[in-house]
Amino acid sequence: MLQKGKKAPDFSLHTTPDQQLKLSELKGKKVIIAFYPADWSPVCGDQMALYNEMLSYFRKYSAELIGISVDSKWCHLAFLEDRKLHFPLLADYEPKGAVSQLYGVYDEVEGHSKRAIFIVDEQGIIQWSYLSPIGMNPGADGILEALQELNNKD
Amino acid sequence: MTTKLKPEVTQNDNIQGNSNAVITLVEYGDYQCPHCGHAYPIVKQIQEQFGDKLKFVFRNFPLQNIHELAVPAAVASEAIGKQNKFWEMHDAIFENQRELNDNSFTKFADQLGADVKQFNEDRNDKIILDKVEGDFESGIVSGVNGTPTFFINGIRYNGSWEFSELAATINEIINETEGK
Repeated sequence: MLQKGKKAPDFSLHTTPDQQLKLSELKGKKVIIAFYPADWSPVCGDQMALYNEMLSYFRKYSAELIGISVDSKWCHLAFLEDRKLHFPLLADYEPKGAVSQLYGVYDEVEGHSKRAIFIVDEQGIIQWSYLSPIGMNPGADGILEALQELNNKD
Repeated sequence: MTTKLKPEVTQNDNIQGNSNAVITLVEYGDYQCPHCGHAYPIVKQIQEQFGDKLKFVFRNFPLQNIHELAVPAAVASEAIGKQNKFWEMHDAIFENQRELNDNSFTKFADQLGADVKQFNEDRNDKIILDKVEGDFESGIVSGVNGTPTFFINGIRYNGSWEFSELAATINEIINETEGK
């Protein structure tokens, strides 16, 4: 798993069926990259639904949020609409899990991304990363603390 | 990652039970979350089981994008709290969770014998919405990662909240605290 101080590898993935998003396009902003195993988690405590409620708090720190899983762009679209998510979900679909592997957060046995979070600063450098224990939704307190710390440094 | 309750329980919270109880059980909940609906009778059972040894606090954690009545429900409970009927509204909402609609809250307020006109005015008071949003923010910084999330004596409880597991954990803490 990539650690603090490393340059965040660039990638370009589908965010909607006819649109791609390139990490380097977000340069100049803080980016929260949340890798997660799969869309359609059955509980209300779903990590993406939770982060969706917190977008206004992330934006206070001028941070953008993107979610990445191995689900396809069509699956993401349906999930996005169903859960009324207001941030992009990226499809690490073909070749499967390539970006997750680049960041060292691919679960080879299960064939999906691990639950991992990276915060990338305005210059594209990883400033914080966290790997969540299996089956544990990490919440957002760690992200907010890290953003707070970054702001104090600026 | 920190899993401590921030801020701690204060007079601004909705508290049920003995204020000097050895156990403080805090729930962050969403009135439209089915899991919270499932937890509702369990909490009642826990309160009955531990009596004076436990006080219960409910803080709002509405997931408004997936539950459109979550914020109005939270606001309704806090608004009627000004007429000292917070818990009656809390119970009425959970007991009718599956049938909630826009008109439910005035109907409950009426059934609970509240001053409905005052209740409707209070629901539009920004202070009430601020309280709900303040609860939500405190949940985020306390590491709430979904609903319901429970804290026992200020520490996030990560185990199962089915009755037997939750009761066993509380029992252990009581025994430790009382030095048995």
